[in-house]
Amino acid sequence: MDLTTIVQILDSMMRLSTPLIFACLAGLFSERAGIFDIGLEGKMLASAFFSAATAAVTGSVLLGLLAGLTAATLLAMVHGVASITFRGNQLISGVAINFLASGFTALIGQNWFQLGGRTPSLSGDGRFLPVDLPFVETIAGIPFLGKLYGELISGHTLLVYLALPTVLLSWWILFRTRFGLRLRAVGENPEAVDTGGLSVSALRFQATLICGLLCGFGGAYLSTGMAAGFIRDMTAGKGFIALAALIFAKWRPGYALCACLLFGLLEAIAIRYQNIEIEGIGTVPLQLMQALPYILTVIILAGFVGKAIPPRAGGIPYVKER
Amino acid sequence: MENAALARPSGVAPAIELRGICKSFGPVRANHDISLSIAPGTVHGIVGENGAGKSTLMSILYGFYRADAGEIRIHGQRTAIPNSQAAIRAGIGMVHQHFMLVHNFTVLENVVLGAEDGPLLAPALANARSLLTRLSEEYELSVDPDAIIENLSVGHQQRVEILKALFRQADILILDEPTGVLTPAEAKHLFRILRNLRDEGKCIILITHKLQEILQVTDTVSVMRQGEMTATVKTKDTSADKLAQMMVGRKVLLRVDKTQSNPGDIVLETRKLCVIDAHDVPRLKNVSLSVRRGEILGIAGVAGNGQTELLAAIGGMTPASGEIHIKGQKIRLSGSGADPRVRRQLGIAHVPEDRHRHALVMEFHAWENMVLGYHNHRSFRRGSWFMNTFVIRTDSMERMRSFDVRPLLPETIARSFSGGNQQKIVLAREFSRSPDLLIVGQPTRGVDIGAIEFIHQRIVDLRDAGVAVLLVSVELDEILSLADRVAVMFDGSIIGERDIKDTDENELGLLMAGIAGGPA
Repeated sequence: MDLTTIVQILDSMMRLSTPLIFACLAGLFSERAGIFDIGLEGKMLASAFFSAATAAVTGSVLLGLLAGLTAATLLAMVHGVASITFRGNQLISGVAINFLASGFTALIGQNWFQLGGRTPSLSGDGRFLPVDLPFVETIAGIPFLGKLYGELISGHTLLVYLALPTVLLSWWILFRTRFGLRLRAVGENPEAVDTGGLSVSALRFQATLICGLLCGFGGAYLSTGMAAGFIRDMTAGKGFIALAALIFAKWRPGYALCACLLFGLLEAIAIRYQNIEIEGIGTVPLQLMQALPYILTVIILAGFVGKAIPPRAGGIPYVKER
Repeated sequence: MENAALARPSGVAPAIELRGICKSFGPVRANHDISLSIAPGTVHGIVGENGAGKSTLMSILYGFYRADAGEIRIHGQRTAIPNSQAAIRAGIGMVHQHFMLVHNFTVLENVVLGAEDGPLLAPALANARSLLTRLSEEYELSVDPDAIIENLSVGHQQRVEILKALFRQADILILDEPTGVLTPAEAKHLFRILRNLRDEGKCIILITHKLQEILQVTDTVSVMRQGEMTATVKTKDTSADKLAQMMVGRKVLLRVDKTQSNPGDIVLETRKLCVIDAHDVPRLKNVSLSVRRGEILGIAGVAGNGQTELLAAIGGMTPASGEIHIKGQKIRLSGSGADPRVRRQLGIAHVPEDRHRHALVMEFHAWENMVLGYHNHRSFRRGSWFMNTFVIRTDSMERMRSFDVRPLLPETIARSFSGGNQQKIVLAREFSRSPDLLIVGQPTRGVDIGAIEFIHQRIVDLRDAGVAVLLVSVELDEILSLADRVAVMFDGSIIGERDIKDTDENELGLLMAGIAGGPA
């Protein structure tokens, strides 16, 4: 394997990890506040559709992003109302949101564009284009660094560059601010928060809102950054992989980044090596390679990777006892 | 009024004053016309039996409930307390019986939570750290600020709760049953802290049913009974004796038709039975007792003095040390073979104290609940794999009919029955399989009067049929009307045993308060 191949794989890992990072952080905020959210997938899908559709119609990717954020946030609020206000079952609400998003994006897509559920191909200002970082030309000549900087670090879209600071910001919010302390407390022992004179519902709604926004970024990236348009069910389980990464990361932002990069790397390898020859066994089928991230997801969710302790009050609607 | 006389020794406005507080839950008067005033720099005790209305009153003070009538004055100012936030603002701090701490946060984080004073954590944490250092010297309130809550002992966790209140500048501190979970040494330390706080001018309200503590640490004390505040006195003018009498009062006894008991062979005998809980706290200490055929041994005592553990140890729900003999046969108390199934096979029927947690599956049908624990019985099985639901249903119907369960619908889920009828389902299951020994905890908790009489009569019938009955109840009335002998538990041991004919509620009340060797 030469340097070019490695750089290419890592480059592709960066792009493939980005939606996972956003979704994983979204789940992190929600679950840290005690609201389980398996509707990450649905929210990303809704955002992917509305950002692509809006970008296609207006020709502006920023308006598209705004529409995507709005859609994901609205769905997040539906989840919030169901599980916080009405104390419904959070899993059922999440599943419902996934079905809803999968159904209505296809339906509305067909109705608006008559392309079998796709949106028209985006080009120019309709999508996030690769950004060339400064000095690429200057250091292109340097043998190792030039390639690394030029091909791996430079040349991604804006949202990829946004994903990494978001991880840092999430960590800072959760562990260095008053809001973060309260948010984590409400996911562990809402009674303590309540008797401390704080509103459990308000905190949980705020967490749900952040969750919606982050899903929105993830979804918009899928259809306007990574691809050039929306395709039916284009999230392809990324929301669930993000949940697996979240558990793998034990609900910590730094670990979440690593977990998402790992999943991205597996995907990148699967795309790159579609036919691997292993001596004595033969060719590894393409399907197995593509299934790798999903297999890892199953293994993680089945609890084979260490003991992950979720927030104690996770999934339980808060009812004032008195 | 006595109250008013106590309230203003020197003309200072009382730290807290209640006037005519009333609170009802449906037909139940939890608090009725409660007036109380407590001066700053006082430790005030509130005593009363379970259900006397102490917790309701404190919940009103901390904003969990709103009073139906009456007013609260803080330092002479009329104050509305619609929620906990208002209570905190009014300077009221509460140490709940079950601590309100986040188990995986540090002490500092718990102390500042909700009172951070600014969007960033660092200044708040630094602020709390310096306060903690100061307070730990001033009041002997030392706790490692960086320790994680779940690694702290219960006594230290309680200190964190007190620190939380002080960080919010509470000058009225309410402690609900603070010593229930503490070791004696920890309790002593707590009392020192409370005295230190009092000397600083804080007002401390201590809710407890332990009379010794009241006498040790309080300046004034109020007694609650059946939702009313029956007396407020200076601690130095009273005694445990007098308080016990005021607490228990004289109530109308429910009479049960009961003939002289006719005890036969010993069915249950325990020798030096001990139980140690998950936190290494001894809950049951060297309990030796015996129950014969055809008699009811009543276990009296204030809740939480080891009765639950006694039932659990005999019923096979918790490992114990010591000895238990059933019909002369020594049984295993821990490891394999020490489980409720084996106890059942030995002829023990168990009506647990908490029917929701240990006796019924609330979402199951009545008929399914009727067979729990007896589902392996041959007549309920078809082959080795299947249940014979037809037989189970007809059998359940019969048993429900004989216990007058209403509605008589075996297909109804347990949750839909009233408390009394739920209890009858449990009793029907346990009583009608001719046990040798019946252990029963709080048989009439949350049960209406009509059902109480019925249940009492059935327990006596079982005794007359030659069953040995061990009855645990915190209702002294129940013990007095049912038991042939009574043993009083205090702090995990049996503090006294009396024949029911030779004792009365006053003597038992004293024993329940931990005062042994009262008038014999």
